Amino acid sequence: MAVNAGFTGRVYPPTAPYAVGREKIREFAEAVGADDPVHTDRTHARARGYRDVIAPPTFAVVIAQQCDRQLIADPEAGIDFGRVVHGEQRFVHHRPLTAGDEIVGVLTVDSVRQAGGHAMVTTRSELSTTEGEPVCTATSTIVIRGGE
Amino acid sequence: MSQGVLSVSDVEVGQELPPRTVHISRASLVQYAGASLDRNPIHWDERFARSVGLPDVIAQGMFTMGSAINVVSDWVGDAGCIVEYGTRFTRPVVVPYETGADVVVTGVVTAVDDQNRRATVELTAMCGTDKVLGRATAVVVLG
Repeated sequence: MAVNAGFTGRVYPPTAPYAVGREKIREFAEAVGADDPVHTDRTHARARGYRDVIAPPTFAVVIAQQCDRQLIADPEAGIDFGRVVHGEQRFVHHRPLTAGDEIVGVLTVDSVRQAGGHAMVTTRSELSTTEGEPVCTATSTIVIRGGE
Repeated sequence: MSQGVLSVSDVEVGQELPPRTVHISRASLVQYAGASLDRNPIHWDERFARSVGLPDVIAQGMFTMGSAINVVSDWVGDAGCIVEYGTRFTRPVVVPYETGADVVVTGVVTAVDDQNRRATVELTAMCGTDKVLGRATAVVVLG
């Protein structure tokens, strides 16, 4: 099934709030070998000027992929998840994600294009606090491999 | 920011960051799958990976990306100073059961903006002779 090019420009409603937790940050930091104590030690994080421990630079993907799931799970989009490969990822941090944040994401489909039998879909997740403070812009390109 | 963060006066274009080798085992991939909620079986089930045409289990691109940035966090002194980070996933990192895989991450400063106290770092991540990240760059705010 072809990926639906008509999805370009589509904007999804805000996701349910994601509560950024201290122990989830620790778990993620350990998994990527991020040993900066700013992720695990509150006293250290406060001495650095943060309200609480902060997330590693790629932690936002956990929330951004929840946003992306709205598109991937949409049958009209025509995305076969078994053929999806991650092509590109980018984060712009307006400030670090911090334990205690309640984050909502708004997903926009920036582009859908075909190249060499594959489809490439670029999405952007604008992550902000429930009070509306921008925290992170996560942009992702997935490649959907063409059928045999 | 605060104490312990690298000062812009100590940074120049061409400066190399201390490298890091990331050893990846199947256990690393399962741990990352759990932490990141990426439950795709191509990262831990070799029978499934082969059934979709892959040579073996491959690492999550986001695992490689997330591990590579530690080179920058270590160098700058605070992971919260990283304000931008992006990459392309150019080659998969194949992780055999017996040996795992090693990814060598190096970084070099490619731009310094004294006025805004910012520096751009280009990262290279090699698995054997494969360049696994493409155009991997991070922007940091310095002290």
